[in-house]
Order: sequence, then C-alpha cells, then structure tokens
Amino acid sequence: MNAELRKSIMKLLKSGTRLDGRKFSEFRKPIEVQCNYINTAEGSARVKIGETEVIAGVKMEVGKPYPDNPDEGTIIVGAELLPMSNPEFELGPPGIQAVELARVVDRGIRESKTIDFKGLCITPGEKVWLLLIDVISVNDAGNLLDAASLAALAALKSARFPEYNGEKIDYKKKTDKELELRNLPIAITVIKIGGSLIVDPDSEEEKATDARLTVTSMEDGTLCAMQKGGDAPLTKEDIEKMVELAIEKGKELRECL
Amino acid sequence: MTYSKRLDSREFDETRHIEAKVGIIKRADGSAYFKIGNTWAYAAVYGPRNLHPKFLQDPQKGILRCNYNMMPFSSSNERVRPGGSRRSKEISYVTEKALLPVLDLNEYPNSVVDVFIELPQTEAGSRCAGICAASMALADAGLTMKDLVAAVSVGKVDGKLLVDLDYSEESWPDGDVADIPVAMTPNTGQVTLLQMDGKIKKDEISKVLDMAKKACIRIYDIQKKALKAKYNADVK
Repeated sequence: MNAELRKSIMKLLKSGTRLDGRKFSEFRKPIEVQCNYINTAEGSARVKIGETEVIAGVKMEVGKPYPDNPDEGTIIVGAELLPMSNPEFELGPPGIQAVELARVVDRGIRESKTIDFKGLCITPGEKVWLLLIDVISVNDAGNLLDAASLAALAALKSARFPEYNGEKIDYKKKTDKELELRNLPIAITVIKIGGSLIVDPDSEEEKATDARLTVTSMEDGTLCAMQKGGDAPLTKEDIEKMVELAIEKGKELRECL
Repeated sequence: MTYSKRLDSREFDETRHIEAKVGIIKRADGSAYFKIGNTWAYAAVYGPRNLHPKFLQDPQKGILRCNYNMMPFSSSNERVRPGGSRRSKEISYVTEKALLPVLDLNEYPNSVVDVFIELPQTEAGSRCAGICAASMALADAGLTMKDLVAAVSVGKVDGKLLVDLDYSEESWPDGDVADIPVAMTPNTGQVTLLQMDGKIKKDEISKVLDMAKKACIRIYDIQKKALKAKYNADVK
C-alpha cells in the first residue's frame, strides 16, 4: 500500500485516534440491519456498517443427508465478492478472500449450534432441509467479514420455510415455520497495526493491517470460532486483548439484530 | 379464455411500479438501481480504466464490457448457482450491444469501461431492468453520452399485446405467449436491443415497437429524474 498513507495511519493511532476520528473500539455508524430485504429468498437481510453494505440470502432445498449424519440437515455458505463492490475484485471463481469469508461465516454458525440440525430432518437417511446461505458484497468499504456474519445470522433469523408436500417445494408459498436460533454467534474482527488494536477497519486501515483476528462469540460470552489473518504474528497479550474486545463488541452488534 | 384484464389490474400499456436511484454504490465510479415491480437491478460502472489482459486492448478506442449476474437468492425457484451460465453470458453480450451506441469511447484508447449488473431479486424483465440501471450508472460515472438507453419488454398474452410482462404473464398457460425485450434511445427512437421468444404476426411488429417506445419515454423521464435528484440532494 501507499507508504505515506500507512505512515499517517500509524501516526494517528499513536496519538490515540484514526483517519475518520473514531476511537479504537468504535464501529462506524450507522449499523443497519434490514431483514426480509429480498422477497425471492426464504430469508434475507441487508446489513450496512458505515458505507459497507452486504446482502445475505437463504434459499431452502430438500436433499439427501450426509451418510454420517442421516438425521441432520445442514447449511452451505457461499460468499461472492462482487466486482461491483470494489475496483480490486475481479470476475471469476471465488478467490481466497471470498472462500475464507464464507468459511469463517460457516464456522460461526455451525460451531455455535445456532441451528438445530436435527430439526431440519424430514425423513431420516432420505430427506433433510438444506439451508443455502449466500452472502454478497454490494459496497466494500472495509470489514466485510463482520458485516457478512451479521447478515447471515439476520437472514437465518428472518427465514420462513416454504411449503413442501413431500415431493415438491412451492417457493411461492411461505409457511409460518421459522428456524429457532440459539446462542446468536457474532463475529468481530480486531486488527493490529503497529502496536494498536482496532475494530471495524475501513478500506485504508485494512490495507495497513499487520495482523487480524476474527473472534466469534455467543450470547453467554463463550467463543465458538476464531481465525487469524495477516502476515505478522500476535503475542499472547495481543490475543487476550483482542478476544476481550471482540466479546464486548459482539454484544453491541447482537443488539442490532 | 381471453386475457381481457391483467392479473394485477394494470392497463395493457402500463409498466409495473418503477423506482430508480443513482449513486448507490460509493466505491464505484458510477452506480444506479432500477426497480420495476419485484425485479431489481443494480449497476456499477468502473472506468475508463486499464484493460487487462493486454491483447484485448484497442489502440483506437476504449471498449465496453458488461457483466449480467443473478445473485444466488434472486430467483423465486431454486438457488441460482453462482459463476454465470450460458443465459447470463448471452444477456451480458446483448446488453453491451444495447449500450454501446450511446457511448463515445474514442478518447480512451487501450481502456475499458466495466459495467457490472447485479440482480438481487427477479420476477421477469431482468435484462431490461439491467439495461435501464446500466445506462443511468454510465451517466452517473460522467461518461460522454449521446442519449440514455431505456428498455422494456413488450409481450403478447393470449392474443393481447401488453407492456412489461410479469412472471404470471410470461408463463401464461393457454395460447401463444410472446416476450419481446426492446431497448431504445428515447430521443432518437432507435432500437439497440431486440429479442423475441414466442409467436407473433408480421403486422403486429409495428404496434409492438410503438408500445415499447411509449413505455421507454416514460422510463426515460424516471431515469432523468433520478439523475437530477442526486445533484439536487448534493447541493442541499
């Protein structure tokens, strides 16, 4: 990245502030969560954090369960970093950034047991519900990861099962049946630039990142997923501080649901 | 049964409700959405910018590159698999041809203007909505244009000609159905996109084009209003 820009970001951080004047532990505002944004999806949400905007949609299908879990449905998370949302994103199969994003979102939902997979079973060994969750970036102004995980959860929360007669799904007819979500996992990414730890990086701060840690925490403060990124290593003290910050911020974002 | 009244009680020459806005994607050089009924199109323009791979470059003029894409959850049936299909490739291609006549890219040799059209939700008429959004986004990006491009589908359902088919009309069970997407330059009335699925008589073509033109002129007014609204809002 631009060395001068990095220098000025570092200088500001040393004096306790950021490019846009925020505190280290402050998210951009407003944080907006709009559920049922897409009417062709069974569940959906648009999330905005500052100028960053993502849409998550849930489609439901009936399929065969995995042989090792014959009485459980499952989720499949996809992420599309659209070239519409950032001049650096390109067309083509998902790159590593999109794959990582989808996997981090997936892990948060899966490991927190937010969805009762057994409740998705229709006929053991034969038919189960599959939840196809897709997260799409509309405008990437930084911190897609946190926005994506919040959007995915909000989309699941708003989802209603379509009518299913044992053979065919009628997507035009939604029932009242919802997914009962538990634990509400929220992912928070803390990044390290120089010696400073900050949350909700904008695009410039993201480029200046030395290391990052995404921590997914549940309602009771338990952690259910982590992912370190960035080239620089982290110390034990860094990690402890990052986790603490992530849990605290997680509570704040959970309020937006 | 004849189709004497439309299912959603629209007039035969009436489009679904339209909403349009520009400047919706801050990172893009130009952007817009165009929503017609339950069909939403977002468009983002990047460029003119360097074109890679290099062999695609034209030393005489810039090129236009369009990409039409349905979001995975945008269909009211099964999930749409990401990554493009033969259908989306074809639509991207005809969209490019629909927009090119109003652009002047002679000043941008070796460059590309990228137009990304994304459909968050669809219910018939998505290529036309995409073209409407794209032409607004190109104008928002500040490119020199001879005109805007407006597009609408004209259809024939059970012997009746009508404008802007919705899903239930497109999949009408009895009789012949024709779906004719048309894009026009509203000021000169030239046709830049014309496709047809279905059956129609030779002498009905003229009526189809007249209906398309009337609707396109109304769409053009909405597009212009949306473009002006951005700058009025900026002044405040």
